[in-house]
Amino acid sequence: MSFQPVKFYQTGTFTVGNRLLAPDERSEQANPQRSNSINSGHRACQGCGEALGARYAIDAAMAESNGQLIAVNATGCLEVFSTPYPESSWQLPWIHSLFGNAPAVATGVAAAMKVKGRKEVRVVAQGGDGSTTDIGFGCLSGMFERNDDVLYICYDNQAYMNTGVQRSSATPPAARTATTMPVGPEPGNVFGQGKNLPEIAMAHGISYVATATVADLRDLEYKVRRAMGIRGARYIHLFVPCPLGWGTASHDTIRMARLAKESGMFPVFEAEHGEVTGVLKIRHKVAIEEYLKPQKRFAHLFGKHAHPEMVERLQAIADRNIRKYGLLDEGSN
Amino acid sequence: MLKQTEGSKAVAEAIALCRPEVICAYPISPQTHIVEALGEMVKSGELTPCEFINVESEFAAMSVAIGSSAAGARSYTATASQGLLFMVEAVYNASGLGLPIVMTVANRAIGAPINIWNDHSDSLSQRDSGWMQLFAETNQEAVDLHIQAFRLAEELSMPIMVCMDGFILTHAFERVDIPSQEQVDAYLPPFDPRQVLDPKEPMSIGAMVGPEAFMEVKYLAHAKQMQALELIPQLSAEFKQTFGRDSGGLVRTYRAEDAETMIVAMGSVLGTIKDVVDDMREQGHKIGVLGIVSYRPFPLKEVRAALVNCKRFLVLEKSLAVGMGGIVATDVRMAVTGTGLKGYTAIAGLGGRTISKASLQNLFLQAEQEHLEPVTFVDLDWDAVNKQLERERLNRRSGPIAENILHDKGMLSAAKFG
Ligand SMILES: Cc1ncc(C[n+]2csc(CCOP(=O)(O)OP(=O)(O)O)c2C)c(N)n1
Ligand code: SF4
Ligand SMILES: [Mg+2]
Repeated sequence: MSFQPVKFYQTGTFTVGNRLLAPDERSEQANPQRSNSINSGHRACQGCGEALGARYAIDAAMAESNGQLIAVNATGCLEVFSTPYPESSWQLPWIHSLFGNAPAVATGVAAAMKVKGRKEVRVVAQGGDGSTTDIGFGCLSGMFERNDDVLYICYDNQAYMNTGVQRSSATPPAARTATTMPVGPEPGNVFGQGKNLPEIAMAHGISYVATATVADLRDLEYKVRRAMGIRGARYIHLFVPCPLGWGTASHDTIRMARLAKESGMFPVFEAEHGEVTGVLKIRHKVAIEEYLKPQKRFAHLFGKHAHPEMVERLQAIADRNIRKYGLLDEGSN
Repeated sequence: MLKQTEGSKAVAEAIALCRPEVICAYPISPQTHIVEALGEMVKSGELTPCEFINVESEFAAMSVAIGSSAAGARSYTATASQGLLFMVEAVYNASGLGLPIVMTVANRAIGAPINIWNDHSDSLSQRDSGWMQLFAETNQEAVDLHIQAFRLAEELSMPIMVCMDGFILTHAFERVDIPSQEQVDAYLPPFDPRQVLDPKEPMSIGAMVGPEAFMEVKYLAHAKQMQALELIPQLSAEFKQTFGRDSGGLVRTYRAEDAETMIVAMGSVLGTIKDVVDDMREQGHKIGVLGIVSYRPFPLKEVRAALVNCKRFLVLEKSLAVGMGGIVATDVRMAVTGTGLKGYTAIAGLGGRTISKASLQNLFLQAEQEHLEPVTFVDLDWDAVNKQLERERLNRRSGPIAENILHDKGMLSAAKFG
């Protein structure tokens, strides 16, 4: 199980200061020698979950690989805001090729390292949900199936943000995007079958799959380090709220990620060889409304022309996640 | 070493001699035998160190090659036709990033209608992709061009396609001289990349570039190809010194000295053309041949020099610029701008249509007499075409074109038998 129960809560908010932890349990961000892989000066929006997630994830991967890391980036917000020519925020070797080929490019980098006998050099590939669940899906599945030595991190902000918030196959039902407008009898995105990429990754039987959110950055760091300790294809699906695309306050990014987890909308778990081995339990269960209401992309579900039936269907999705992954402790609220 | 072997097998052996470090394989006829042979060599340990990766698509094949090349490994793949089109986005990306990947294109027609046979539509569709393209006339030349291609690509840090006619070359058994490892090692030094992903020296590759620098990057790709115009003849001369035979170069002429009519072409059809020209020379016709080896960069100067003394030329090409005429012919005409030369275009062999000596001789005689239309479709079945056009005139719901033509042709042969 990934969550480290820390008993001496200072504030009752489940946070704990680094000073109270043993040095090897501290966040990599508390390390003055951290790699600062994605340096200041990039152009992400204020409160961008993706920028925050990438910072924690890549610094942790750098720490775990002793700085022997190469990153491959798909086209998307992370790529665009980090490398406007002639500036680059990246302090590690980094390549961007296309929107849909990051997993394959990473396979190539890993193959080159293998053929050159440079076992110590590790490879991470990263992309948004659009890149991962849609256009790069074939390349990702190929990389998984061959079990290439790549850690792939999906930054899931639930839409094509870089092109102006269009629907991807990771966009939740009912959400407003530029291509799923809140008009007509069933406003927003359709209630489809969903495309659960962590589970699809698990179905490939790869050695490690995990989900995480930017509300639990220590959990994210732990999972990245864990993944880096394993060879072969690995997948981390990171939930990263996007203030611009979701219509949320930029100071609410972490709160939104926490509510996604606490409502059951985004299950946080890890799996080995296709089997779930641990979940982050819900601490204070919240109703789905609490997660939906602060987000303008769901505004049409509430107010004058409310759609309580759609809210109910979303609640049903969260409830199903809770049952399926066992997100609630027996007897808890 | 001289041996009787299949073109694909010979090319695979040549590639192996070039010590590729990463090979990406995805099947498509008529390229398959090349990567199959390489896969076996890697698996048996004959070719080592080398990573042979069975990818899930051509788009992935080129993408893997982009990654491995950017990480400093000599990278190779092969494709054709639909496969080349499927990888196009990555094809442009490889050249845009300046990665010296070598790719064999076993030239094949593009569908629809789906067709596995040879013409040049596939690689010519990538004319402006920033890749160099060399066309082999024989299997010996295919072997030799691959060895030169790695040198050329890596010296310029630009990717290159070695184009060989699908089936006609890839599946033909003939005698080929396979060089020794010592010879190839003497000619081709290890890959020394201009840019490399390495934690020892972190750099960002593939950053977003706006209007302030984009044109310069693109111009430099053009400048590299202009450098290739100098380098290709040098590499060919050096090749002759090491391997003892003429191979490659920008263009090659045949019986052109006093020719009044010149036939211009690329690839294996040059063999048939030379046979016809030999026959016609015997009958006293002043006819010669210009073979273009380097399609990109296009050797404007050399093509002009080869044609400037003739009276007329005919470009015979296995490709069609739909709505316009010839693809190669356009470039050749550009080369002879201002000379006042009469130029003709002949489109032949699309989708593997046989190009017979008889048809060529007939065509060349007409060219000689300047009786040709500007664009001629060699051995086109006008009856079939007109019948379909008539059908479309008469019937709004005229149906699928290819199926109609096949149907008509079936009826014709049935009528013959009946
Ligand atoms: C082949 C191709 N199609 C479309 C695009 C346009 N495009 C660039 S980034 C992007 C959206 C990226 O969405 P996602 O992967 O979710 O990343 P995000 O920006 O949301 O982080 C799109 C559609 C492209 N660059 N290439
Ligand atoms: S649009 Fe969203 S994902 Fe993109 S930079 Fe802004 S906050 Fe980050
Ligand atoms: Mg996205």
